Amino acid sequence: MSRRARLVAQGVAIGLVTLLFVLLVWALATDEGGDLAGAAARGERPDAPDFTLERLDEPGELSLSSLRGKAVVVNVWASWCGPCKEEAPFLEQVWRENRPRGLVVVGLDAKDFRRDARSFMRRYELTFPVVYDGPGDTLSGWGVTGFPETFVLDRQGRVIESFAGAVNSEEDRARLRAAVDSALGL
Amino acid sequence: MRALALVVACAALLAGPAWSAGPPNAADLEAELVCPVCETTLDQSNAPVAQRMKLFIRERIAAGDTEQQIKDALVAQFGPGVLATPRKSGFGLLAWALPLAALAAGAAIVAVLVRSWSRRRTPSPETPLDPELERRVDEELARYEG
Repeated sequence: MSRRARLVAQGVAIGLVTLLFVLLVWALATDEGGDLAGAAARGERPDAPDFTLERLDEPGELSLSSLRGKAVVVNVWASWCGPCKEEAPFLEQVWRENRPRGLVVVGLDAKDFRRDARSFMRRYELTFPVVYDGPGDTLSGWGVTGFPETFVLDRQGRVIESFAGAVNSEEDRARLRAAVDSALGL
Repeated sequence: MRALALVVACAALLAGPAWSAGPPNAADLEAELVCPVCETTLDQSNAPVAQRMKLFIRERIAAGDTEQQIKDALVAQFGPGVLATPRKSGFGLLAWALPLAALAAGAAIVAVLVRSWSRRRTPSPETPLDPELERRVDEELARYEG
């Protein structure tokens, strides 16, 4: 192989390695995966990742950022999830009680059929906004690893409390109510 | 009679593809689709959402949908990640084309290297010896043999 050809080959190899390195750095820098629950438990109040998703309760989309200024409860659920069924009536109750004070409960239905999700909403008479994320693309940014999970956000869009699993026990329900009061500034 | 046989043969030829296509096979589809929760193929998963997807596949087969229609419907719900193999169109085509391109590039590099090595090993044409050296070699050989 001529000296020139060898230099070209070396240049190509170095270029490829550099490209792979840049891709790795970019992937790490743009990785939105986070431990919101852990950060909230340490009292850090991390910013909740924004999302804009299709609504299931009415036509159109809903952006989380459009709710800035209100306290928000984000509940991640799916119609096939048993514990989600148990907590749904409680979340509806929290929404009805606190809506006049500036609370919005947002259901985030993920990895589910739209038809099943709408059927679930009718069955449990959910009246709060529900958004749909079929592929579940938003879940990693929230650090969601199972269903259901619930996050309480203050009026600045920061996570102040989270619940992995259904909010079913009296203790969890009291904790969620306290977090909602805190998010509302009461 | 011959005309009738010809008509029957033509009809069979035309209808043949429809017969051979047949309705989609649920087991085949379950092996080609991924459970969005456990990320294994549906035939390997017992997750609730996988069970629901299997039921959906059977419902759509019963309704007369084609394999492609069923896959499209599931992609519309769960995104392209539900397909065990990427599509052979659009961005998914890259997943099929890149390994082939890499293979072709590798073959080209090997070809260039082999050509380069074979050139290096070609014996150089014989160059005549220096007359003085040749005379001395002959003298030495004669002395050795003598």
